[in-house]
Amino acid sequence: MHGLINTAIQVFLQDSYGPEVWAEVLMRADAGVSGFEAMLHYEDVVTDRLLQAAAVTLARPQATVLEDLGTYLVSHPNMAGLRRLLRFAGVEYEDFLNSLDDLPDRARLAVPELDLPRMELRQVTPCRFTLACAGGPKGFSWVMVGVLRAMADDYGALVTLDQVGATIEIRLVERDFAEGRAFDLGARTG
Amino acid sequence: MSGGLQTFGPHGPALSADGLCDLRAVFDLLCPMHVVLDETGHIRHVGPTIQKLWPGQSLAGSRFLEVFELARPRAVTSMQGLMAAAGRKLHLGMRAAPRTALKGILLPLEAGGAVVNLSFGLSVQEAVRAHHLTGADFPPTDLTVELLYLLEANAMVTEAFTQLSLRLQGAMIAAEEQAFTDTLTGLKNRRAMDHVLARAVAQGQPFALMHVDLDYFKDVNDSLGHAAGDHVLQHVARKMLEVTRDEDTVARIGGDEFVLILNNLQSRRRIEEIARTLLDRLQEPIPYQGRPCRIAASIGTVLSSEYDSPDVERLMKDSDAALYTAKRGGRAQHVFASHSVEG
Repeated sequence: MHGLINTAIQVFLQDSYGPEVWAEVLMRADAGVSGFEAMLHYEDVVTDRLLQAAAVTLARPQATVLEDLGTYLVSHPNMAGLRRLLRFAGVEYEDFLNSLDDLPDRARLAVPELDLPRMELRQVTPCRFTLACAGGPKGFSWVMVGVLRAMADDYGALVTLDQVGATIEIRLVERDFAEGRAFDLGARTG
Repeated sequence: MSGGLQTFGPHGPALSADGLCDLRAVFDLLCPMHVVLDETGHIRHVGPTIQKLWPGQSLAGSRFLEVFELARPRAVTSMQGLMAAAGRKLHLGMRAAPRTALKGILLPLEAGGAVVNLSFGLSVQEAVRAHHLTGADFPPTDLTVELLYLLEANAMVTEAFTQLSLRLQGAMIAAEEQAFTDTLTGLKNRRAMDHVLARAVAQGQPFALMHVDLDYFKDVNDSLGHAAGDHVLQHVARKMLEVTRDEDTVARIGGDEFVLILNNLQSRRRIEEIARTLLDRLQEPIPYQGRPCRIAASIGTVLSSEYDSPDVERLMKDSDAALYTAKRGGRAQHVFASHSVEG
């Protein structure tokens, strides 16, 4: 597993629940390291154990933990850089949805070894979409639910999301529901 | 769509009286950074993205060369000169602040005048920032937004690697430090001494090598236990650091055996003083849990300057011999290696 994935889980737990919870998860996962490096590789089984340990420690279903992780990745101030990269997809939430097919390629453009699941967006009706995720880390579609929800807030769109297996149903209730967060193409982050 | 480029009606570009498309609208969408000039070199029309570079000032009607500065080709001051550069790569810049750099190409129009298409080139990141441009200011076929994405992603990845390198470097320094340190006393260990000695010999700078061995240390260990022995060794280490300078090397190379390398010291008198001070201080009782531990030491010293071509093995051997002589001479003795001239 790419270190970026494990690091994402690490900073999510640290920033959301504090260093003590993270230390407990790490111990429970028996990860054999004191922390993860974004640019190194780790055994896939370490990631599985990490997520199981997080679910047990937080006493929440793993799916909920993953969804919260997705929300964190887009909305937490420490992750402003990632949110910006996603906002490069386009001007409106629909542009963002339509760019998801390209997301694995975009990710690879930045980090050549990073393998994200293939994603296929279908527009069922003008306001209904389905997003199918295939391959990649286990439970990735839960993370995507969190990402899609947080990005809707970011664009100021109102959506409802339902997950059926590895497919996410997206209903765009209102395109311009609220004032979204500004995206300045040339802003500096970090 | 809220894109700034949507300038057509639902049926595409409008037809003009002569049945041709309104090319202006086509250009505005496909090349939003174009400028149309009339035959006198005045601006007739600018694309919407270029107009954004001069907020609150309509460029139409201005003379092109008064708004843009041509850096290359040089010395172009007239429309005639500008037309002569048709088809060549133009290096331009805004005359107004922030003097954004631009690249361009000029295409003469048959009806007179010309079209100049512009781009930011490598100044794109600052330009987008300075002029508050958005994704909608670039046509989807233009790679500018992708380029910005890539620059930003690349900066993030580079930052991650930099952080990783810094952490690895820190870990490496700590590991090396540990590999060269005697953990009980915090002095250098034998490995470190080997390095320092080899370097000192290779650099050819004069130094004194003091070989120190403790007397009665075994008695302390046997009668008061290893904890007392450790305490004594730490005390000895402190005393050795007290009589030496920062540039000197103090190493514990065996159980109760030490080496001091004193840089740039050749004066026998000065060295004798240092040895004497150390021997005196080590004879003072060392309190341990209310009981005094009594030890002493013997020292054998060699001076590298007394050898034509000193080598590590020889220096160690001779200092060891001097130490042996000192020990035989009684308690707390210091002896210079007598055989300091190579034979």
